[in-house]
Amino acid sequence: MDRRVTYSVTTIAEIVDPAEQARSAAPPLLSIRNVAKRFAAHIVLSAISFEVAEAEFLTILGESGSGKTTLLRIIAGFEQPDSGELWMSSQRLDNLPPYRRPVNTVFQHYALFPHLTVEQNVAYGLRIRNTPSSELATRVEQALAMVKMSTFGKAKPAKISGGQQQRVALARALINRPRLLLLDEPLSALDANLRRQMQVELKALQREVGISFLFVTHDQEEAMVMSDRIALLRNGALEQIASPREIYNRPATAYTAQFIGHTNLLRARVKGGIACCQSLSWPTQAADGPALYSLRPENIRVAAEECTRDKVRFRARVRNQAFHGATTLLQVDCSDGLALSVLMASSTGVEGNLELEFAPADAVPVRESLETA
Amino acid sequence: MFSRAYRTAITIPPLFWVVLFLLTPYALMFCYSFWSVSSALSIVHQWNLGNYRELLEKSVYRATLLRSMGIAARVTILALLLGYPLAYYLSFRRTTRKDLLYQLVIIPLWVSYLVRAYAWKTILGSEGVLNTLFEYLHITHHPLAFLLYSPFAVVLTLTHIYTPFTFLPIYASLEHIPRTLVEASQDLGASPAQTFWRVVFPLSVPGVLAGATFAFVLSLGDFLAPLLLGGPSGIMISNIVVSLFGAAYNWPLGAAISLCMLILVVGLLFVAERLERRWSLS
Repeated sequence: MDRRVTYSVTTIAEIVDPAEQARSAAPPLLSIRNVAKRFAAHIVLSAISFEVAEAEFLTILGESGSGKTTLLRIIAGFEQPDSGELWMSSQRLDNLPPYRRPVNTVFQHYALFPHLTVEQNVAYGLRIRNTPSSELATRVEQALAMVKMSTFGKAKPAKISGGQQQRVALARALINRPRLLLLDEPLSALDANLRRQMQVELKALQREVGISFLFVTHDQEEAMVMSDRIALLRNGALEQIASPREIYNRPATAYTAQFIGHTNLLRARVKGGIACCQSLSWPTQAADGPALYSLRPENIRVAAEECTRDKVRFRARVRNQAFHGATTLLQVDCSDGLALSVLMASSTGVEGNLELEFAPADAVPVRESLETA
Repeated sequence: MFSRAYRTAITIPPLFWVVLFLLTPYALMFCYSFWSVSSALSIVHQWNLGNYRELLEKSVYRATLLRSMGIAARVTILALLLGYPLAYYLSFRRTTRKDLLYQLVIIPLWVSYLVRAYAWKTILGSEGVLNTLFEYLHITHHPLAFLLYSPFAVVLTLTHIYTPFTFLPIYASLEHIPRTLVEASQDLGASPAQTFWRVVFPLSVPGVLAGATFAFVLSLGDFLAPLLLGGPSGIMISNIVVSLFGAAYNWPLGAAISLCMLILVVGLLFVAERLERRWSLS
């Protein structure tokens, strides 16, 4: 009896991370309520609702044209929603002009003022608020130190590199101590290496300052690395909002499963608790009828020596291999013609015919995504 | 990329043009300014500084030059006050029919200078549109004399003619300002007025400098507007040059004035250029 109790407690701790618990308890910082926007006949956003918690790193992820930038611009105040409301704590935001909103933005191409030095750029927000010059000087110094740009204070933006401009833009926004920082694809102009480095730095910085970040990107990997939660937008509608782990392991729709990471979509038919997809079949809780399952390539493995009852086993032939370093992505054909992607450690070294298996729990039921485009 | 011979070949015609029609006349003018006229009205090819001495000694030249610069300064200020808001409105506030309005600003440039000057004559004259209207409305009982044949008329006409010249460079510089800079400024808490003075205006200064240079230099050297509408009190320095080369037949003195004007204008252009470059580099 004792052992069972201990066991269940650890399970909960594993599933619910502490930040998530804190979030659900505290009132949200920003709530977006039924925000909709159309440009002429084109619907850009259709009734988006979600909330951003205090000190949360939330990423709005979507392909180009999904409406993610428009949503950010509505929050910053550069676009007016056709309907819906924005609330920050108890303050209504959507009828305030941009310069009265307690949010700051890091723009995609940084938008540093070319006629001002780095220092003057960073000091801009404080100057506007008539901050006393002694306080201004120390805060500018701190802000530049925070982004490791102290030595560039006197330089003009044209004289520093893209990554450095990025840091200055960040300092210029954060020095105002906004309650929410909006970031519009700030890393997209950087090369791959610098980008990965900035992802880590940005995340660390967010933890350090404790300000909520609302980050827009089209790069799912970036979203996974940095976010506490990801809001996936598709054609102006919210497809799913969840933590990176949950959105990856429990995608709600076929689109989510395919957009976040790589997956095999299995179109199955359920009858009496058994899902059938061509020659494969596995137990499921879904009701009878057609159903769609997502099975991640890394969840298909080479079958163990002894046969276990709780795994689905099948034979397949390797058609193609793509070497990615530590892992290799295989394209395999099952005997009935079903094509699957399988990801395995490169050290496994496989060829020809294979005996493969997967756990029924890894075949995650997903909703069909509506074709709206 | 191109052969040496080819590059030399395409350089010769423009060079020839510049030497023949620009440098030679200037050189001639330079020489004339150091010559003099005999009592028999023939040019005496004898080098002397008499013309320049006369310019310094006779106050009429200095007074006219100062008046010309005063008129040019007023024209410049008025043209900027008209051209800047117009350019700002077109660039930042209009979203529809921008091209049409832009064309409307440009079209006056296609109309002959003389037509525009004469138009003002019919508006400002003692029997003109304005005076007739005022008398009809019993605002005045006699034609207002200051309207025509006065510095006022010259400033008004020159402002009308040179406003597009200030508008164009200002408009171009405003169009080049990335709109995200305006958004960034507002995002950092600046009101539209603060954004204008801290971001938009500083970034448009090169355009303002270019426009001001155009208006000042072009109106300083203008002689048609003062000739047609200036009257005796609206005479400008170029009118004196015209009469010296014409009726007075004193080419050497005319050349001396022209050379002084040239040095003044080139100096101005140099300063404006330096200011512009410093502003855009900084």
